[in-house]
Order: sequence, then structure tokens, then C-alpha cells
Amino acid sequence: MSFRARHLLGIEHLAPEEIRTVLDLADRYVELNRRTVKRTDVLAGMTQINMFFENSTRTQSSFELAGKRLGADVMNMSMQTSSVKKGETLIDTALTLNAMHPDLLVVRHASSGAVELLSQKVNCAVINAGDGKHEHPTQALLDALTIRRSKGRIEGLTVAICGDVSHSRVARSNLFLLGKMKNRIRLIGPPTLMPSGISEFGCEVFENMREGLEGADVVMMLRLQKERMDGGFIPSEREYFFRYGLDAEKLACAKPDAIVMHPGPMNRGVEIDGTIADDITRSVIQDQVEMGVAVRMAVMDLLAQNLRAERGRAAVGDVYV
Amino acid sequence: MTLFLQNARLIDPERLTETPGNLLIEDGRIAALGDIAAPEGAEVIDCAGKCLAPGIVDLGVKIGEPGERHKESFRTAGRAAAAGGVTTVIARPDTLPSIDTPESLEFATRRAAEAPVRIRHMAALTKGRDGREMTEIGFLMDAGAVAFTDAEAVTTDAKVLSRAFTYARALGAMVVGHPQEPGLSHGAAVTSGKFASLRGLPGVSPMAERIGLERDLALVEMTGVRYHADQITSAASLPALARAKAVGLDVTAGVSIHHLTLNEFDVGDYRTFFKMTPPLRSEEDRLAAVQAVADGLIDVICSMHTPADEESKRLPFEQAASGAVGLETLLPAALRLYHAGALSLPQLFRAMALNPAKRLGLAQGRLAEGAPADLVLFDPDAPFVLDRFTLHSKSKNTPFDGTRMEGKVLATFVAGVQVYPHNEK
Repeated sequence: MSFRARHLLGIEHLAPEEIRTVLDLADRYVELNRRTVKRTDVLAGMTQINMFFENSTRTQSSFELAGKRLGADVMNMSMQTSSVKKGETLIDTALTLNAMHPDLLVVRHASSGAVELLSQKVNCAVINAGDGKHEHPTQALLDALTIRRSKGRIEGLTVAICGDVSHSRVARSNLFLLGKMKNRIRLIGPPTLMPSGISEFGCEVFENMREGLEGADVVMMLRLQKERMDGGFIPSEREYFFRYGLDAEKLACAKPDAIVMHPGPMNRGVEIDGTIADDITRSVIQDQVEMGVAVRMAVMDLLAQNLRAERGRAAVGDVYV
Repeated sequence: MTLFLQNARLIDPERLTETPGNLLIEDGRIAALGDIAAPEGAEVIDCAGKCLAPGIVDLGVKIGEPGERHKESFRTAGRAAAAGGVTTVIARPDTLPSIDTPESLEFATRRAAEAPVRIRHMAALTKGRDGREMTEIGFLMDAGAVAFTDAEAVTTDAKVLSRAFTYARALGAMVVGHPQEPGLSHGAAVTSGKFASLRGLPGVSPMAERIGLERDLALVEMTGVRYHADQITSAASLPALARAKAVGLDVTAGVSIHHLTLNEFDVGDYRTFFKMTPPLRSEEDRLAAVQAVADGLIDVICSMHTPADEESKRLPFEQAASGAVGLETLLPAALRLYHAGALSLPQLFRAMALNPAKRLGLAQGRLAEGAPADLVLFDPDAPFVLDRFTLHSKSKNTPFDGTRMEGKVLATFVAGVQVYPHNEK
């Protein structure tokens, strides 16, 4: 086994071997999750706290289910109604929770870098469940698992990522992961939704969706993050759908066996046509949700192993010092 | 009192020379220098061949009085300045409330007496620095304001600004602008580009600085006001500055030492001590700014000393306060440029002492007969590792914590009186 990280803050600092380790273990959890009795005890006695400073239904329930299936005691902190509203700083919130001795902290925050800041102040394993426009590592890992199970490999593919790349942490984590695995990455979207300096990331950038989809094995759609828009990035939703929405005609430019992905929640009729999303021969969107639970179980299992090993070393040290 | 500094390496930023020699101080002024002998009865200090230069004139220092004395007081800023070889501090008016009336300026002037170095004050250009009505520029000049600035608050209403410029010109007042297009820079935490995208942080293009500068320069051309741009930090702004100077506009520009010695990648994993206004730039921009200082296109190097308390920096990067302290690290950081071969010592002191003093009409900044004996004696090669908790500033938000630096101040003199090492009686 090779997974040495203490926290999972992003894909950027993971080695390809570590990514493969997560995916291999996740494959086993997929099998477990398909049985009637899904419960294991690898996290028995451990406490997992989900801190979501930003609203989330899907990711939070996925992490909750993953923790429960591994036998952990899971607590959800609803940060919208908590002391944060009373003016407590992020670090004080972290220190308060840390004093309750959690073992795994799953954190989502609206500011890039906030989860990393928090991880410096606690002595448990921290999982980034999305920080601002920075990273969302478990999403990239579950996407990789979905691709690998569907295409049989996660190397040497042509992957098109389409839509609001600029505001998307999902896109960033996927860029890192797919790049590390030596895939050809194409970014498609209007220039107002492309991050600055993107040409230096080793990917091709297309403004014309049909050209960008040419020969793609994987078509990854991104949610048009309306809540993040200050306004004025695109003229209208209907023009956006006309130029960048995935419909049957544009999908025909990709390889005939290309798969369609979406991190959810979808805006049907804005970035993706409903019939494409529901086409089970092309769309793997429901698989992504399934893989999400398995990948999160794998990540928490691996981090818990490292945490136990670290604490074991510390305890041994205490005896002999 | 007569003081004789012997065996020094004299750094002359006017003639751009460095020569071995001695220097005689009488009545707070430089009485003679060069190959001279000690007069009878003079107190003699041996400089052991170290560098003797005019004290630094730091244009644009934030001091927390009034309103934020927990961050910095005149006393602590003055002690930090003395320890950093800064003998004249030009204080910014971005206090709480702003220095925008003769009364608040008198308060600040009174409080400044606690500092062991000279403090001169800039006043706000518009009331409350909110860009709507000009301040009492005449009264404020009478009360001692050396220049007028709204610091990082940019007036968006060109009409207001053109009137303030016109009025300032009539009184011969100098305006210090912050070239930035606020529509582009609003909400930005770093410079846009690869780094901003990697970290998922909101970025601002360096072009926002050029747009702000071009607007200000057009208004300078229109009104004829004396204008100084506080910080020019990007290559894109330099041609505009060069054009303005070439056609004879009364324009100068500064740059902070942080933009000359650090770049955007130093922010690393969201280190908030590296968050500045404007944000740190690309390495190409940094090199262009260093070259512009060497060429004399950028006139002034300053510290942009901006104290921030610990709490305001212990936040996610986007929410964290902007700015860094710099009074004590200005000289050792500037010496990085000397050791890298980019700038000579006289060139450095031209930008840190002579030019800012000249621009503000002060007699400081020169190593010449008759000039005030505001001096710094330093060893440019003495190495040390900076520990931020040893700084004299009340706030410890320096980007150089834990880094290796070269250059230590051995002694600082203001009007011939030694103010550093501090007399701890």
C-alpha cells in the first residue's frame, strides 16, 4: 500500500501511486456497497465530524453514509446556524471541535485555502470536501474511479471538461488528477468562464464546443455556478445552452462510445440536455454518485490507517522518552 | 556638539559614489566629509570601514494613530524606524479617522513627538478618503502636510479628482496617487494568472494598475499638479510612466520593497503575510520593476509599512488583512538587490533617501556639507535569520520571518544624535 498523506486537502500534492491506491481500495468498497449487509468496522470507535460551511446535500450525505458504513460515529455540524454566525473565527471553531477529539474532520468552506488553514490547527485527519474555487479532491477521485470502471483505464484518454471552469473546484482537482495520470485534457467554454493563465496548465483550450469534443473519450460537464456569478459572465442561459450546452448533436462530435459525466446538481436545459443526462448508454452520472460513497470510504479508511500508525508511534515514543 | 565618524565607506547618492573617508557632524549637520582630520575635542566613533549613508526617507508608512494604536503607535513605529536606518518617516493618512482636517493633523503631529526619528505627515486628499469632497488643502499645508493622498482608496469620480488636482496645483501641493482601477481590483486577493488559478483565488490583472495610472496621468496633464504614484509594480505600467516623464509632466513613482524582492509564488500555500495591496506580481514584473529603479524610471523605494494584528491575518486568504510591516526590513531586503548585483549602494540610497526627500522638498537624503546629519551606519554583509518577534513594531506581520538576510544597521543618527542602538534608560 502506498498512501502516505495525513490529510486529503487536494489532488495537487498526491502521487500517482497514492491515487491508484485509493482507486483500488474503492473498487473493493463498491462491491461491499452492493451487498445487502454493507457494514464494516474499520472505523469502529472513531468519530467523524462533517463541517459544511457551505450548503451541500449530496456531498454531505455521501460522506455521512461512507462514515456510517465504515462503522464510525458520524456527526453533522450545520455551520449555517452555528457559532460562526455569532462571529467565531474559523480557527476558534476548529480548536473547539479539536478539543472533542474527532478522528476525521470533513470540511467544506467557501474560501479557497480555508480547509488547509484549519488542518494546521487540529490533530486529526482533515478531508477537503471543497474549498472555494480551489479543490474538491474526492470528486476528482470518484470521477477517476467512474472513468476507470467504464473505460478500463485512467491513462491515455482524451477528456473534455466543459463549462464554467473558472469558478469550479471540481475542474481544478480533475485537471491535476487527469494530468498526473497522463491524459489529454481539453477545456471548453466561453473565455469569460476560463481561469487566467490556463494555457500554462498543459491542456488545450477551446471556445468552440464541437471542435473541442472531437475524438473525446470522456465528456465532463460542469455545473454553471449561478450562485457564484457576480453577473455578466454570459449573456443569457439560452445563448449559453445553444453554444455550450451538451445535446445529441454536439455529443456526436465525440467518440461514439464517449461517456458523459456531471458532478451534479444538474441544470437541465442550461449545460446539459435532459435526454442526454438520462441516456443510460452514454451517461454515467448515476454511477458517479455510487462511486462517490466508495471513494470516500476508501479515503477515510486510508487516512484512519495513517492516523493510527502515527498515534501508535507517538505512544511508543511516550513510553521510551 | 561635535561628532567625528572616521574610517567609513561613504555612500553618496547624489554623485553615485562610494569612497572611504571620515565625516564631521556639528550642530546636527554634516560640517565636512572626505579625507579630513578630527578636530580638537570631537567625540570620535570608528566605523571600521562599514557603510555610512544618508538615513532612509520612507514615503508612505502606516501608523495606527489615531484609531488603531494596538497595531502601531508613533513610539513603536519610531523605534522600528531607528532600528531599520529610517530617519524620516512620511506617515500615511489612512488612519481611523483619516487625517483630513488640520485638527487631526495637529493631533498626529503632537503624538509623533514620541518617536525617536523625524515624522512628517501626509493628509487625505478627500474628506474621509471617500472620493467626494476635497480636504482643506491650504490649512493642512499650513499645519505641516507634505503631500496629499487617499492611500489605497481610489477616487472613481474623475470630476472630483480633477478639481482636487487643480486646487492642489494652485497651492503647489503634491498629490500621491494609488494607480488602480477599482472596478477590476475589487475583491481580488492575488494577481491573476497561473498562480491565482492554481490556488483558486480571485485575481486582478496588472492591467488594472496601468488603467489607473493612465487615468491619473491624463488628469495630471490636464491640471499640471505635482504627482507621485505610490507603487508601480508591473511591467505594463512602465511605458505609460516613461511617456509622462518624457513629455515633461511633473511625475514621479515609487515601488514597495516587497514588490522588488518577492513574487506571487511566495504566497505559497495561502500564507497571508504575503498578501499585499497591490498583490505581489509575476517574476517578470518584479525584474522589470528592479530594472526601472536602476534606470531611474521608478524614483522611490519605500517599505509600504502596513501593520496588521495577528487576528486579521489568521483568516482564510481572501478575508485576511492586506499589507506587511517593513520599516526594519527595508534595508536588509533592499540589500538583496545589491548582493544580487542589480543595484549599487548609491543607487539604492538614491531611491530610498535622496529622491523621496527631494520630491517632498526636504533637506534630508544627502551626504553633503550642510545637509542634516541624519545618517545610517550599516554592515551590508552581516548575515542573520529574521525572527519576527524581535521586530520593534507592535505588529509582526513580516513576509521575511525565518528567512536569511544580509545587512545589519549598526547605528542610526538623527540630527547628529544617535537614536539606534536604542538608549534604554
